[in-house]
Amino acid sequence: MDSEMYQENILDHYKHPRHKGALMRCTVQHHELNPVCGDMLTFYLQIEDGMIKDISFAGHGCAISQASASLLAEYLYQKPVTLLEELKPEMIYSLLGIEISPGRVKCALLSFVTVTKALGEYGNSEQHRRVEAKI
Amino acid sequence: MIPMNRKTNDPVPCNELALKIKLDFPLLSREMAGKKLVYLDSTATTQKPQVVLDAELKYYQETNANVHRGLYTLAEDATTQYEQARMKVAEFIGAQYEEVIFTSGTTSSINMAARLLEPLVKEGDEIVITIMEHHSNFLPWQQLAKRKKCVLKIIPITKEYGLDMAAAQKIITSKTKIVACTYVSNVLGTINAVGEVIEMAKRVGAYTLIDGAQAVPHMMLEVKKLGCDFLAFSGHKMCGPTGIGVLYGKRELLEKLEPVVFGGEMVKEATLHTLSWNELPWKFEAGTPNIAGAIALGTAVAYIQEIFTLQMQEHLGDLTKYALAEMQTLPGLQIIGPRGEEMEKGEKIERIGVISFTMDCAHPHDIAEILNSHGVCIRAGHHCAMPLHTTLAIPATARVSFYVYNTKEDVDALMRGLRRVVEVFA
Repeated sequence: MDSEMYQENILDHYKHPRHKGALMRCTVQHHELNPVCGDMLTFYLQIEDGMIKDISFAGHGCAISQASASLLAEYLYQKPVTLLEELKPEMIYSLLGIEISPGRVKCALLSFVTVTKALGEYGNSEQHRRVEAKI
Repeated sequence: MIPMNRKTNDPVPCNELALKIKLDFPLLSREMAGKKLVYLDSTATTQKPQVVLDAELKYYQETNANVHRGLYTLAEDATTQYEQARMKVAEFIGAQYEEVIFTSGTTSSINMAARLLEPLVKEGDEIVITIMEHHSNFLPWQQLAKRKKCVLKIIPITKEYGLDMAAAQKIITSKTKIVACTYVSNVLGTINAVGEVIEMAKRVGAYTLIDGAQAVPHMMLEVKKLGCDFLAFSGHKMCGPTGIGVLYGKRELLEKLEPVVFGGEMVKEATLHTLSWNELPWKFEAGTPNIAGAIALGTAVAYIQEIFTLQMQEHLGDLTKYALAEMQTLPGLQIIGPRGEEMEKGEKIERIGVISFTMDCAHPHDIAEILNSHGVCIRAGHHCAMPLHTTLAIPATARVSFYVYNTKEDVDALMRGLRRVVEVFA
């Protein structure tokens, strides 16, 4: 038997990723690397009025890291930012719908880490903007 | 056992012998994922034969006592066995007994060598390494260069995955104080012309260290012929236990170097404010050593010495050629290293059975995952050689590696797994 990991859904998102490619007009972008396996992801977010108006990712890596990015982008597309703020690793596992072995946790969660950090940067710049506006 | 006649059309004529050798390794008879375990990651660590496991256990059951300290018979026996192991290792690499320092492994050996040489380099001096180094022979020199404001210079590789000797000629100059080079690449499998590198270094009066982690388990090395100042290697990559390794150093050099680790064993006389060193090699072995590990390494050395007499080096060569030929029949599979044609032509680039590769359809992690579900253990990643992978512009590779217990059936199992990878991902 092959590994249970490579379900049709995973392979589909790996071979035909959704929301892939850089966003020309994004509010924030963040790049992350998983040095152990060389997985690379950049997430691009266009945030307007508390909504994730558009989202995309670029990068390369194993099937799990890329499928997880594709599934997450699909999940967050045109959703309120609060959904992203409340995002937990469990959600990624549930989107992937497979058992993740300890050795692949970093691959599976690279998308989560990248998009969460992107949000952090957006938060910082928002705060900065509000402070500047007050001055 | 009588070595088989190799003059047949069989691509792996010594296979029967390897199948017998496999029986010496208890772990290799276990199952994985409901299939017979196929272990193809010996470059990371080899499996251990029963004799080595027995040696380690026997020491703890019958002889355990601290070495060089007790006056009772048990302690003397422990000391004798520990020093006999050193003797076996010294003989194995053609060194003098006093030149063999036990360490915890290649990494600690090279770190120690870098610390030992530290007082001999000064600002502006050049340290030369190669781009194919494992992190353990890259980072200690990079950090030494940083501490002493030396210049780190790096010998590149050619497009045939060999060391660029013409570049080496230019890089090793009168400014060079240390040259550190691996004998065999743990990624590419390339066997380097280290003899020539050592010659170049000697001409300019530079100290030399050879990383023998991959070479010592695969070839009969003679340090005196090589002429290097240091040779570092690990026990666990040559059928020994983890946590034991060797730093060989030339006697004349070791005598003039000062220890960098202080404590018990390394001292002859200690007063409130001074100390005098013990004799070689103990002046470099502070603290209670890995006694059981050293004794088991002695047993491992004896074991592989016997194996070497049974044409196992030829077998590994045959197996490597067979695997290279089979693997290259798969569409979209690239070998990252010498491809084997050179071996047929008798050209200079030689290689051992460490085969890194990529596949167009799948990431190395996914290749390893699928193979794992078929009971086949391979490595995926950068194999602790990130600078090399960066230079090759490949984030990661998959790697299979062979040792004396691997057989044609193991390669066939690998190929079944790889064909499955193509089916799943292509």
